[in-house]
Amino acid sequence: MNETMEMKLRDVADYVDTLKLEGKDQEVKRSYLIHTLHKAQEIIGYLPVEVQKLIAKKLGLHASEVYGVVSFYNYFTMKPKGLYPINLCLGTACYVRGSGPLYEELKKLLGVEEGEVTSDGIFSLHAVRCLGACGLAPVLMIGEKVHGRLKKEDLPRILEEYRQLAKTQNV
Amino acid sequence: MGKYKQFILICGGTGCSSSGSGDIIDSFNKALEEKGLKDEVQIVRTGCFGFCEQGPIVKVLPDDTFYVKVTEKDVENIVNEHIIKGRRVQRLLYVEPSEKEKIEEYIKMPFYKKQIRVVLRNAGAINPENVEEYIANDGYSALAKALTEMSQDDVLKSISDSGLRGRGGGGFPTGMKWSFAKRAKGDKKYIICNADEGDPGAFMDRSVMEGDPHSVIEGMSIAAYAIGAQKGYVYIRAEYPLAVQRLRKALNDAREYGFLGENVMGTNFSFDIEVRLGAGAFVCGEETALIHSIEGKRGEPTSKPPFPANSGLWKKPTVINNVETLAQIPVILLKGADWFRKLGTEKSPGTKVFALAGAINNVGLVEVPMGITLREILYEIGGGIRNNKQFKAVQTGGPSGGCIPAKYLDTPIDFDNLIALGSMMGSGGMIVMDEDTCMVDVSKFYLEFTVDESCGKCTPCRIGNYRLHEVLERITSGRAVIEDLDKLEQLGNVIKDTALCGLGQTSPNPILSTINYFRDEYVAHIQDKKCPAGVCKNLIRYDINPAKCVGCTACARVCPVQAITGTVKKAHVIDQDKCIKCGACYATCRFGAISKI
Ligand SMILES: Cc1cc2nc3c(=O)[nH]c(=O)nc-3n(C[C@H](O)[C@H](O)[C@H](O)COP(=O)(O)O)c2cc1C
Ligand code: SF4
Ligand code: SF4
Ligand code: FES
Ligand code: FES
Repeated sequence: MNETMEMKLRDVADYVDTLKLEGKDQEVKRSYLIHTLHKAQEIIGYLPVEVQKLIAKKLGLHASEVYGVVSFYNYFTMKPKGLYPINLCLGTACYVRGSGPLYEELKKLLGVEEGEVTSDGIFSLHAVRCLGACGLAPVLMIGEKVHGRLKKEDLPRILEEYRQLAKTQNV
Repeated sequence: MGKYKQFILICGGTGCSSSGSGDIIDSFNKALEEKGLKDEVQIVRTGCFGFCEQGPIVKVLPDDTFYVKVTEKDVENIVNEHIIKGRRVQRLLYVEPSEKEKIEEYIKMPFYKKQIRVVLRNAGAINPENVEEYIANDGYSALAKALTEMSQDDVLKSISDSGLRGRGGGGFPTGMKWSFAKRAKGDKKYIICNADEGDPGAFMDRSVMEGDPHSVIEGMSIAAYAIGAQKGYVYIRAEYPLAVQRLRKALNDAREYGFLGENVMGTNFSFDIEVRLGAGAFVCGEETALIHSIEGKRGEPTSKPPFPANSGLWKKPTVINNVETLAQIPVILLKGADWFRKLGTEKSPGTKVFALAGAINNVGLVEVPMGITLREILYEIGGGIRNNKQFKAVQTGGPSGGCIPAKYLDTPIDFDNLIALGSMMGSGGMIVMDEDTCMVDVSKFYLEFTVDESCGKCTPCRIGNYRLHEVLERITSGRAVIEDLDKLEQLGNVIKDTALCGLGQTSPNPILSTINYFRDEYVAHIQDKKCPAGVCKNLIRYDINPAKCVGCTACARVCPVQAITGTVKKAHVIDQDKCIKCGACYATCRFGAISKI
């Protein structure tokens, strides 16, 4: 385990402490599990086994119970994502406006499959269902930014934008 | 609002925010500052206006001007012309496609004319992050009325008399649900707001929470008072960051103003609300699964009874209501059950919000009285089908619903009529499909969704849906036999009858309804090995017509697998065994020599 990971784990532990769950009912503690996993994923970017174990200990659960929850919910991932995760919407509104072919095109442009990270670490590709921006269908989201009314031709330009951004971030 | 002479309302909903309304707000602030108009003109960042297709939306009051597709560059123009000189900026007005005329005032827009905005009363009208604006629009007065003038039973009676039915999909009478929970014994009781909005393509709950979060809080508080709950939870999708943020802000403000917490408004009623994030599982919209998820477990449903009203969260009596249901409550208490019953139909009173999407001109959110026809929604409000294409079907109810063909466009919409047509209300998503949509592909799309989202607990859903999907896969790749159609119907009905929860019990609906209404299309795929809409890749064939081909070689150069051969100025041919049906040649040929069938 490297140093940054250790630091991040400490952040997660500190966060759980702020919830002041010590001495509370087991039921109440457990009800903070999903909440805590969200926070941990926000801090680390994904949910490696170490953090699952840590959360299990803090909330008085067995590690297998935590893993059971992590693997059940689509939002949680045990694999690291790219610097800019690309979430392409395959919800119904986007699908009927052609997000299917866009998804294929992105796979081709990035050379990755669903959930994979590009070799330069900049992007990862994820299919999601409805970002609630159906008015702009078809859409994709990179970070918190939604790109809407997409056409195939727009994709290379958008990717390039983020590649340039990545350069300025020194990664 | 006192001192201001003019108001600029800018949409801060998700749609418009994604197309840059945040920068527009900044530019307005700067421009007004420069002109010294800060004290005369107020900028309000509102929730969604519903007209997301044409966003970003900017509305100017008091003259009720509605600007569409505004960009940062237009800001100066609006300030100089409209705000200072009182002249509307013509080029930013909305043009109705059917009338080609610029529409100057909001109330004259066909999109809004037929709408009655009850749930969306404040969305697009107030700043959702300012509790005082909510209060100024009768906010929290229904709660005050309930707490000071009404007994618990008075509230229950008022909601029962209104005939309100749950807007989350099932249409269960809300008053009855609350009465069960009130009567149930338990030292603690809970109220949960279901804001999981799982139907992909529906975004009404999101807009309510982004545009008017206090209405949901007020509705929950009234429900809590009526059933005797001290604690509430909002279970909201993590994919909706803006809604989560506004909801959290609203909860803090409500606490500060004494609308939540100990001794609400000085009475002896105490109630507070916590937010719980979902984690991307469709099945968690189902109420027993949702409860397990709040408890910190896998979101697997359990069989009912017991119903949550008797044994819900931590086995205590619990009421679960949808966002839209709860947002209706304050209005019903203030205006009365009779007023509510005047809207809508006898068995489905009130209004319903629909999310229009797909092949329609005006994509957006509309709120209409129940009993309106599909035709009115699609053609009068929705502005008709995009690009003048032919209407084929409208899908309602998401993955649990079905596709309704043109011949039923004049059916009045309510809970019961939609079920009679083999679909359902669901949460109110409406996806419009035109002639370019393949109905077999659509049912495959929904089934893929179901297979992905099945929790796996019961066999009919876990394995049955998988089998259905295999059959559809065969049909769309030209490997099916006609008996497969019966198989789909038989298996579909078995799954409906035997699955444990609502997900499995409704998952065959998209298939069954399309077989029912679009049988021809299935038959064409199976017997003629053709996809009439030209969508199913494996059934498409590209051919070069030698009579039209001039031998320009363009197609051969774009073909990614070198399936096209030929010499310059001679007719080219496609090797069907190599062709991957990517359509690149078809898009490239400038001589119309390539056909697609
Ligand atoms: C698979 C499945 C998904 C559901 N998703 C939602 C949802 O996203 N939002 C919702 O309010 N209700 C959803 N429901 C319905 C809820 O179980 C429940 O009936 C509803 O929240 C009750 O509120 P209401 O009476 O106000 O409609 C879903 C039901 C099923 C079976
Ligand atoms: S019907 Fe499907 S989602 Fe519902 S319990 Fe069974 S497997 Fe799970
Ligand atoms: S692009 Fe058209 S005209 Fe040119 S070689 Fe191909 S089929 Fe013939
Ligand atoms: S379906 Fe893509 S944003 Fe809603
Ligand atoms: S998000 Fe702006 S109109 Fe809907």
